[in-house]
Amino acid sequence: MSRTLASLRAAMDSDLAWRFRQSPPAMVAATLLLVMVVCAVAAPLIAPHTPFDPGTLNLMDSRLPPAWVDGGMLTYPLGTDEQGRDVLSTIFYGMRISIAVGVAAVLLSVVIGVTLGLVAGWCGGWVDAAIMRLGDVQLSFPTIMIAFFIDGVAKAVMPPDLREMTRFYVVIFAIGIADWVQFARTVRAATMIEKNKDYAAAARLSRVPGLKILFAHVLPNTLGPVIILATLGLGVAILTEAILSFLGLGMPPTQPSLGALIRVGNDLLLSGEWWISMFPGLALVLLVLSVNIFGDWLRDALNPRLK
Amino acid sequence: MIAIVLRRLGSVLLVMLVVAALSFLIFNFLGDPVNNILGVNATLEEREALRRALGLDQPTWVQFWHFLERAVVGDFGISYRNRQPVMDLILSRMPATVELVLCATVLALAVGVPMGVYCALRPRGVLSRVLQMVSLIGISIPQFLLGMLLILVFSVELRWLSAFGRGEVVEIGWWSTGLLTDSGRKALIMPVLTLAVFQISMIMRLVQGEMQEVLRADFIKFARARGLPDRAVNLRHALRNSLLPVVTVVGLQIGALIAFAIVCEAVFQWPGLGLLILQAIEYADFPVMAAYLALVGFGFAMINLTVDMIYLFIDPRMRRK
Repeated sequence: MSRTLASLRAAMDSDLAWRFRQSPPAMVAATLLLVMVVCAVAAPLIAPHTPFDPGTLNLMDSRLPPAWVDGGMLTYPLGTDEQGRDVLSTIFYGMRISIAVGVAAVLLSVVIGVTLGLVAGWCGGWVDAAIMRLGDVQLSFPTIMIAFFIDGVAKAVMPPDLREMTRFYVVIFAIGIADWVQFARTVRAATMIEKNKDYAAAARLSRVPGLKILFAHVLPNTLGPVIILATLGLGVAILTEAILSFLGLGMPPTQPSLGALIRVGNDLLLSGEWWISMFPGLALVLLVLSVNIFGDWLRDALNPRLK
Repeated sequence: MIAIVLRRLGSVLLVMLVVAALSFLIFNFLGDPVNNILGVNATLEEREALRRALGLDQPTWVQFWHFLERAVVGDFGISYRNRQPVMDLILSRMPATVELVLCATVLALAVGVPMGVYCALRPRGVLSRVLQMVSLIGISIPQFLLGMLLILVFSVELRWLSAFGRGEVVEIGWWSTGLLTDSGRKALIMPVLTLAVFQISMIMRLVQGEMQEVLRADFIKFARARGLPDRAVNLRHALRNSLLPVVTVVGLQIGALIAFAIVCEAVFQWPGLGLLILQAIEYADFPVMAAYLALVGFGFAMINLTVDMIYLFIDPRMRRK
């Protein structure tokens, strides 16, 4: 107990924590992010309604405006959509899916990118050339375009029933594949420097197998910049998912992310029911903005040149 | 210099080959042209005969070669859905997208660069701070949300602009333009604005950052010491030297605009390539998807090449290497 307290105190006193307390935008962003993640994770516990249980829905309550507008009800603080689902609750559940897809997609990019980057930097020669050339080819297209195409082709190929079931994984795969290059480039450059350092040479002399040196000794020393890139990548991944879902290529209406909620609301925009799309939109903007501000701060705080 | 150009051409060729191979995969293996032409009720003999007639019994690389030969002259087969040649479909939709993307680029440059210069020259001014705040929002707000907000304000509440379509268009040969009619120009306003806001914000921040850096350089101090007027120092010396990275980013951004145009076209039901590809995905129309991929890949490769060439042209230091 006293040990965990001591390490907690050490963390609070660290340079990074001090920098954090010096930066109001980072503190606001981190607080906002924390609140949203808690709302998303605890959605089944704290959401006022269970929007995806048809038994609890009442069609009489559909298309109600937010509580402060004429005709709104206090039980539905942000209004209801055309099926009578509470907009606030759907946002909680939607953030859950948006964050889950975003985090999983970034993790996939990191795993692919770090592995390929390590291999390229360690092996050099034609392996390196082949991997980096592939990266160059991919970088001549915008990430969103690649994710769009992988997702679109997968959707067109699959029969409809399989489509719904696999959607979650297909979207993660599409976004994850589209964004590995930046991780590979960073890790490759770091690996090429690290593998010639004395500790790597010492390990080699004491006959540690190559793969073990690579993963146990070199890998941890290349991960610093990866963490920063991954934080900034999370904002992009969440936004990409929202775009795909908005275009009807992402999450289905039965399992909506924020983007899918906005898509549903978009059809009702022209009849004046703005709250169905605009509140999920606001949640998306706040989510992405706080991730980006926090990521920017992290990049500056961990950058040794700015210290 | 020639070596650099050749190397760039080599990498463009590589990109095109990869894109062509992917496009061929979609065209040949995902779609089933035999089923599509004959329907599911055809006999086995009929199928076999058609397979031979279409060359589907030949080795894959021979088929790939034939695909390339046809793709070069713009023959991507018949759309499954519309029963029209794919190339005709694409050509009829292209003007809408090109007009949208070009207008957005022009607007972004015309507004973004002056705003960036102003913010660099007066970083502490009130207007600069306001512009910086606005640009932060412009970068953070997703494009489809911005488009929907515009529709909500200008179509639903104020009823000034139509929320969808291109308005009236004028045909000039095979090109159709909305720039020559009133309703066409009005229809352009919201989609172009939606597409341009992100670019404006980005170009502004980029120009500002670069120019503030250049303004600190010794040659600027020297130019001031020579007694040159502010205008000449700021525009002829500082701005020119800060525009180099802008060229690269704007080039890459035109590529990204083609991708984001899909989103914009979906919001405003703009009848361009983006809506075409979305419908193609919806109906599993593989020839259209293959052609779109090949075309977009070609477009990106050309844009990247052009940007590199412009760079060589305007920055003498690049040529010496």
